[in-house]
Amino acid sequence: MVERDTAVDLVGLLSAEGRDLAAEWAQRAFGSLSGRMSLQVLERELQELYAALVEALRQGAREVHSEQMSEVRALLTELSRTRARQGFTPSETAVSIFALKRVLEPVLQDGSAEQIKAYVRLGLLLDELGLFTIEAYTQTREEIIMVQSEQLMELSTPVVKLWDGVIAVPIVGTLDSARTQIVMESLLQALVDTGSEQAIIDITGVPAIDTQVAQHLLKTIVAVRLMGAECTVSGIRPQIAQTIVALGIDFGDITTKATLADALRLALKRSGVDLVAQTGGRR
Amino acid sequence: MTERVPILRIGEVLVVSIQFDLEDQTVLNLQEDLAEQIVARSARGVVIDITAVEIVDSFVGRMLATIADISRLLDVQTVVVGMRPAVAITLVELGLSLGGVSTALDLEKGLARLHRSFQSSDLA
Repeated sequence: MVERDTAVDLVGLLSAEGRDLAAEWAQRAFGSLSGRMSLQVLERELQELYAALVEALRQGAREVHSEQMSEVRALLTELSRTRARQGFTPSETAVSIFALKRVLEPVLQDGSAEQIKAYVRLGLLLDELGLFTIEAYTQTREEIIMVQSEQLMELSTPVVKLWDGVIAVPIVGTLDSARTQIVMESLLQALVDTGSEQAIIDITGVPAIDTQVAQHLLKTIVAVRLMGAECTVSGIRPQIAQTIVALGIDFGDITTKATLADALRLALKRSGVDLVAQTGGRR
Repeated sequence: MTERVPILRIGEVLVVSIQFDLEDQTVLNLQEDLAEQIVARSARGVVIDITAVEIVDSFVGRMLATIADISRLLDVQTVVVGMRPAVAITLVELGLSLGGVSTALDLEKGLARLHRSFQSSDLA
């Protein structure tokens, strides 16, 4: 019973006669956005939100995550997302939600005790709504970052064909287990697709090597061998060579070359291709 | 009655083409049959084609290594051909590098490799 009453109170508070609260809300919020958004657009957004909020309260919604609030949540998420895209900070978005409190402030002076109680309740609810926009903002950001890192992943592991039967993967950036998986998969698939028997892994672009990176590298090489191809590691810079020795990483019988050119020459020799320099040719 | 894997002969080479996912008993039968056939047909090389095998476990991995070991004792070379990328990755993750087994991308390359090594051992 008590719940019903508070709902009625809140709705009553939000539908004060003679005042277009949504319009006033928009006006307030508009002030805090310093003219970077047109009043009409803002008014339309907040009008919608206002209507949804009143409806949710009428149905007895108590907090942000209750079922009746789903419409409000959807609107807030959308609002927060469009604002983020327009370059507003999350606090600016939240402040425009809080603006509704300012609009209702007069109640504190000439409202009844019940109304003041309702105002406080509504204030708490609005705080939650404001926080929700920030949450939505962060989530949107998170999604963008995830999509970008996926794209980066795809971009950074191309398999290139250097010669008939010779393919290479230039690795740029650090090798973690997720990337190793992708490098491995695309390299092995390329071996099958091109029927290549020579693979070169070029690590010129790997900034640092530690035992874990080496471990990933070794795994890839073993997988290549299992497929029936030979693997050469190239592009080992002097510092990296020193690190590898200092760490005591054993590359065993894996062929390593200083440059990609050396590795290619070896791969060609292994696949029975002779390189002949023509006399008189320019070098 | 479990299925038996057929063993074909091409010249001096025995070809085993595994066309279905292996059960443990089939694997044991194969080991037995292959050892017998190597001796009976005086083969010099064995090619195991696993192009159709999509799922491996450590048992199958060990089977490949065991067959290679048995063959080596009988002075026969084993080449495993047609391993799928997913299978190779699984074996690596299982920590099986199949040390003594030589591999080739497909049947053709596997046969070519065997013939090359026959030639070099003939010359020696």
